[in-house]
Amino acid sequence: MDYLFNEQQKMIQELSRKIAQEKIKPVAAKYDESEEFAWDIMKIIAESDLFGVYIPEQYGGLGGGITEMCIVTEEFSRACGAIALGFAGTGLGTFPILLYGSDEQKKKYLTRIAKGTVAAFCITEAEAGSDAGSIKTTARREGDYYILNGTKQWITNAGEADVYTVIAMTDKTKGARGATAFIVEKGMKGVEFGQKEKKLGIRASATREVIFTDCKVPKENVIAREGMGFIVAMKTFDSSRPGVAAQAVGIAQGAFDEALSYSRKRVQFGQPISSFQAIQHMLADMATQIEAARALVYATARMIDAGAKNVAKESSMAKLFASDVAMKVTTDAVQIFGGYGYMRDYPVEKYMRDAKITQIYEGTNQIQRNVIAANLIKESIKAE
Amino acid sequence: MNIIVCIKQVPNTTDVKIDPVTNTLIRDGVESVINPFDVYAIEEGVRLKERFGGKVTVITMGPPQAESALREAISVGCDEAVLVSDRKFAGSDTWATSYTLSCAIKKLGEFDIILCGKQASDGDTAQVGPGISTHLDIPQVTYVKKIEKIENGKAVVERMTEEGYDILETPMPCLFTVVKEINTPRMPSLKGMMRAKSAQIVKWTAADIDCDPQSIGLDGSPTRVVRIFTPPPRKGGEIIKGDAAQVSQELVQLLKDIVI
Repeated sequence: MDYLFNEQQKMIQELSRKIAQEKIKPVAAKYDESEEFAWDIMKIIAESDLFGVYIPEQYGGLGGGITEMCIVTEEFSRACGAIALGFAGTGLGTFPILLYGSDEQKKKYLTRIAKGTVAAFCITEAEAGSDAGSIKTTARREGDYYILNGTKQWITNAGEADVYTVIAMTDKTKGARGATAFIVEKGMKGVEFGQKEKKLGIRASATREVIFTDCKVPKENVIAREGMGFIVAMKTFDSSRPGVAAQAVGIAQGAFDEALSYSRKRVQFGQPISSFQAIQHMLADMATQIEAARALVYATARMIDAGAKNVAKESSMAKLFASDVAMKVTTDAVQIFGGYGYMRDYPVEKYMRDAKITQIYEGTNQIQRNVIAANLIKESIKAE
Repeated sequence: MNIIVCIKQVPNTTDVKIDPVTNTLIRDGVESVINPFDVYAIEEGVRLKERFGGKVTVITMGPPQAESALREAISVGCDEAVLVSDRKFAGSDTWATSYTLSCAIKKLGEFDIILCGKQASDGDTAQVGPGISTHLDIPQVTYVKKIEKIENGKAVVERMTEEGYDILETPMPCLFTVVKEINTPRMPSLKGMMRAKSAQIVKWTAADIDCDPQSIGLDGSPTRVVRIFTPPPRKGGEIIKGDAAQVSQELVQLLKDIVI
C-alpha cells in the first residue's frame, strides 16, 4: 500500500531498509544469543544520520517528526526488534526534551542525540508500573541542585545511554502534580546501574535498573518546571506510542516475510505448503492485519506531525492494535514453520518472543484500552 | 589530492545471461547496481580524501541509466561525477572502453590516483583498469589490498597474491585496481543521499572527449566474440581410503592412468 510519503521520507525508508537488511539482519540472531548491545550497528545508524530524523534542523537533525521516527523503527524492527530499540528507546528518552525542553537544553542534548548519543526514559519502578502515580524516587531541592534518590526499573538502554530523562517526586504531598522531569547524564555522581535483566525477547536491548543515590542534578536540568513531570511523561507517551506500534508492525512484517518465503519452499505431500488453502488463508489474514496496523500507525503519526493537540486516543489505538497484530502474526508465522519454527536455528521464534513486549511496555494494552475509553467518554460528554 | 574512481553499472545477479545471437549480456528485467568490486574502489577513494584532503571524481562509461550508479557514489562521499555516454560507444570491448575512459580522464585534467575495482562481476575480464593505465601511460598496481603510505609523489601499497602479498612502491600519478579485502564500504548517509539527488552530473559524448572515432565503440574493438559458454562444472573428487602404503600406490596408478 502507498502511504504517500514525501521524497525525504522515501529516502529515509530506503536507507533504513538497506541498513536493516544488510547490516542488522545478519547479526540479529548473534546479538539475541549474546544479549549484547549492538554498538557496531548504532555506529552505522549514527553515521547514516538516521538518529536525527525526528530532531529539528536547528539542533542538527533532519527536521522530520513522528512519521520519520516510525519509518526507521519499522524498517529496523523488520530485521531485529531489539536492535531497533537502541534507536526507538532513544526516541522515548528524547521526547521530554523535544516537547518541553528549553532552548539551552535542546542545544546541549538534541545536538548530541542527533549525532548518535543514546538516550533513555526512566519512569517505571518496582511498585510503579501501570500505576505511574506511585513513584517513590525523590528529588529534593538544595540550592542550585536537586538531589535524586531512588531506583528505576526495567529501563531500556540503561547503562548504554549517556542521557536519561527521569521522572521523580519533588513534592509527594501533591500527588501527580508533585512529579518533575529531569535530565540526568550518565557521568553524574550518584548514578549507577543494576544487573542486566534476562528477558524472553528483545534480548539485545539493554534493560537494567537505574539507581540514584544522592545524585546531584543542576536545576538547569529540570524539564519544563517543577510539578510538570506527569504531563511531560504523558505527552511523551502520546508521541512515543506510535513508535512502539511501528516496532510491532516491523516485527510482524519480518516474521511474515519469513513465513511467506518458507511456505513456498517447504514441500509436504509433494507440493509446497503455500499451495494449501489452510496456509494461504493464514498468509492472507496475516498480511491484511499487518497492513491495517501500518495504516493506523502512519495515520496517527501524520496526525501528530500535523500538530493535533490531543492524540492520546489515536496513539493508544495504534499501539494496542499493532502490538496485538504482532503477537498474532508472529505466532502464526511459527505455526507455518511447524516444528522448524520452534527451533532457535530458524528466525521466526525470535520474532514471536520479541513481539510480546510490545503488548506490555509503554503502557500495557489494558491501560491503552483505559486511555481509549476515557477519551471516548470525554469526547461524548463534550459533544452533548 | 585528486582522486578518480572508475565504475561500471552491472546487472544485480551472479547468474549472468548471455544473448546467444549477439553474444552480449541480457540486461532486460535485471536491476542494475554498481559493480560490487567498484564499491570498494569508491570507498577507498573517499577514505583517501578523508586522509589527505582533495576531491573524488567518479566516472563511468555506459548508457544514460548509469547515472543512478554515479548518484549512489555521491551518496557515499564522492564529490563530482561524470557520465560518458554516446551511442557511438556501443559494442566497446575492454580495449575501446579503456581508451574511451582514458580520453575522458585526460579531459578531467590533473590527477594523482585512479582507482578501479579489480574486475566487473558481469564480464569478469579485469582488463579495463590496466587498459586505462596503458592508454594514459602511467604505472598500475592490480589487486591492491592496502594503500599503506602516500608521500613525496610516491605510494606504497600491498598487492594481493595467491600466497600472500607484495609490497610495492610506485611513483604517482598511478592506477590501482582494488580487491574487497581493502576496506568495508560504508552505508550512505541521508545527507549524502540528499546531496546525490540534487548533484549535477557532468555528461560527455564522444564529441566532448577528443577521441579518435576509429578507436571507439564496435569499430574500435579488436575483440570478436565467437561464442560464450559456461565451462562444464568440475566433477567431484574421489576419496581413496585405506592404509598409507596401499593408498599411495593406488593414487600413483590413478595419476598414471590420466597421464600427467
